[in-house]
Amino acid sequence: MMKRKANWPVMAFLILGLTTIAFPLYMTFVIAFKQPTEMTNSISGILSLPKSWSLDNFREAMRVTDFWHSLGNSLIITLVTVALSILIHSLMGYALGRNKARSKFYGFVYLFIVSGMFVPFAILMMPLAKQTAEMGLGNWFGVVLLYVVFYMPMNVLLYSGYLVNIPIALEEASRVDGASTWTTYWKIIFPIMRPMHATVAILTALAVWNDVMTPLIIMAGSNQNTLPLAQLNFQSQFGTNYNLAFASYLLALIPILIFYVVCQKQILNGVVNGAVK
Amino acid sequence: MKNERKRTFLLITIPILALFICFNTIPLIRGVVYSFTNFKGFGSYDWVGFRNYIDLFSDVRVGKSYLFTFKLAIVTTVVVNVISLMLALALNSKIRAKSFFRGAYFLPNVLGALVVGYIFNYFFTYILPALADMAGINSLSTSILSSQNTAWIGIMVVCAWQAIAMNTIIYISGLQTVPEDVYEAGGLDGATGWKKFRYLTFPLIIPFFSINMVLCVKNFLMVFDQIMALTKGGPAQSTESISYLIYNNGMSGGQFGFQSANAVIFFIVIVVISVAQMKFSSRKEEQL
Repeated sequence: MMKRKANWPVMAFLILGLTTIAFPLYMTFVIAFKQPTEMTNSISGILSLPKSWSLDNFREAMRVTDFWHSLGNSLIITLVTVALSILIHSLMGYALGRNKARSKFYGFVYLFIVSGMFVPFAILMMPLAKQTAEMGLGNWFGVVLLYVVFYMPMNVLLYSGYLVNIPIALEEASRVDGASTWTTYWKIIFPIMRPMHATVAILTALAVWNDVMTPLIIMAGSNQNTLPLAQLNFQSQFGTNYNLAFASYLLALIPILIFYVVCQKQILNGVVNGAVK
Repeated sequence: MKNERKRTFLLITIPILALFICFNTIPLIRGVVYSFTNFKGFGSYDWVGFRNYIDLFSDVRVGKSYLFTFKLAIVTTVVVNVISLMLALALNSKIRAKSFFRGAYFLPNVLGALVVGYIFNYFFTYILPALADMAGINSLSTSILSSQNTAWIGIMVVCAWQAIAMNTIIYISGLQTVPEDVYEAGGLDGATGWKKFRYLTFPLIIPFFSINMVLCVKNFLMVFDQIMALTKGGPAQSTESISYLIYNNGMSGGQFGFQSANAVIFFIVIVVISVAQMKFSSRKEEQL
């Protein structure tokens, strides 16, 4: 009985805390649906529910920010990066994880790549802007390649850490059966690492989807936008029409909100796995 | 047979390593090389030796950006960790709708920092002053983002709003590793409330505390999106983070060489802090 009662202050604290999360979202939602004429200077004018639920702001915001193109670019960049990360980083994690303890060369390569985690983007961005332009990679594919390189340290660390738990006897058994190392990897090791693939996919997808800096620097001359980049580039066009701006913000948030609602459990697991490992 | 295995591993490693070197190591080296030139980002340039580095230490704007970035990182790290620990303790206690609360509290972390920044920008500019007027608080009746003294607080709030979600989840997973019988034993010894937390819970979740410290400090030192959305470095350059200054002046301000030197120093700072943090936290863990 005592214990049950003592929990009400905790619940009250949590519900109060939740309003700090709900309020900005509520504000975004109502402003996005309103017309500029409804935005009187008082708080109640801004925060009350809109008089009519019209989708005009959204239609206009989609046109101004070229929404579907930006969404398409964001989707392609995220999906290709995640796919390549799972393929390339798991292979690298395997090669390094299995050899780093026995061979000086692999041990060095492992440290070399993992220490890439300490390199801030700030030092790479100016040379990379030049380099990708020189190589003709100032486009979405260049951005994908850079992501594959940036997230390699973290993901190789995760994969080779996970590999420690997979007994090498599994591979030896398959080798006795005459399978090559390559075949063994794809047939046995790659499927076994599935939980880690999920973690890597979630972490990489969240980071890539919300990233502004890399596309800002690499795709600057390409007239192409990702969803966040479109918000940045079209900010001036909203002027003082905050209703239009907020419709656009809400549009930019909706895909990730849907993703979060659908895969909430996997996302929470993935994030915890990635951080704690 | 052994050779086949060796060859396969080499065939995997070499191309991926080459890719990594091409887009990480080479630009890093180029950045260091540019830092010894007066390159503007275009046209020809000359070697200037260590002049950029010497100038860096007397440059007021660079100094200000380091002060601002460190102030922001330290204050935000403290605020975030205190609040997340309280939230994690609450979310880990016996409450109803536990998974709903956990899911809801993590939500801010999946949203893009730039758009979140824009939303808060409006909140600070219009909603907060109006609320303050209603409550009769004069000091808040203008936007906190428009004053040199308070703009950093706005940035801190936005950074914290998102980071708390992440840190709370990590603390919760830490609290779940604390076995129930530790509390039972502690309860017999009369440990309650703050004492229970200080002497029983906290020592057991120190590894998670270190993860959060490292994550926080590193992320906040590299803050960029929030600055872009809230203040663009203003007012009067009072909220220019190091990354923002390097981007702004290096990419379009004609200071490619000079800001490269700034970036090299920033890189060294990040490495030193990360290594120090890891040394410190592994020593702490050993003591237990």
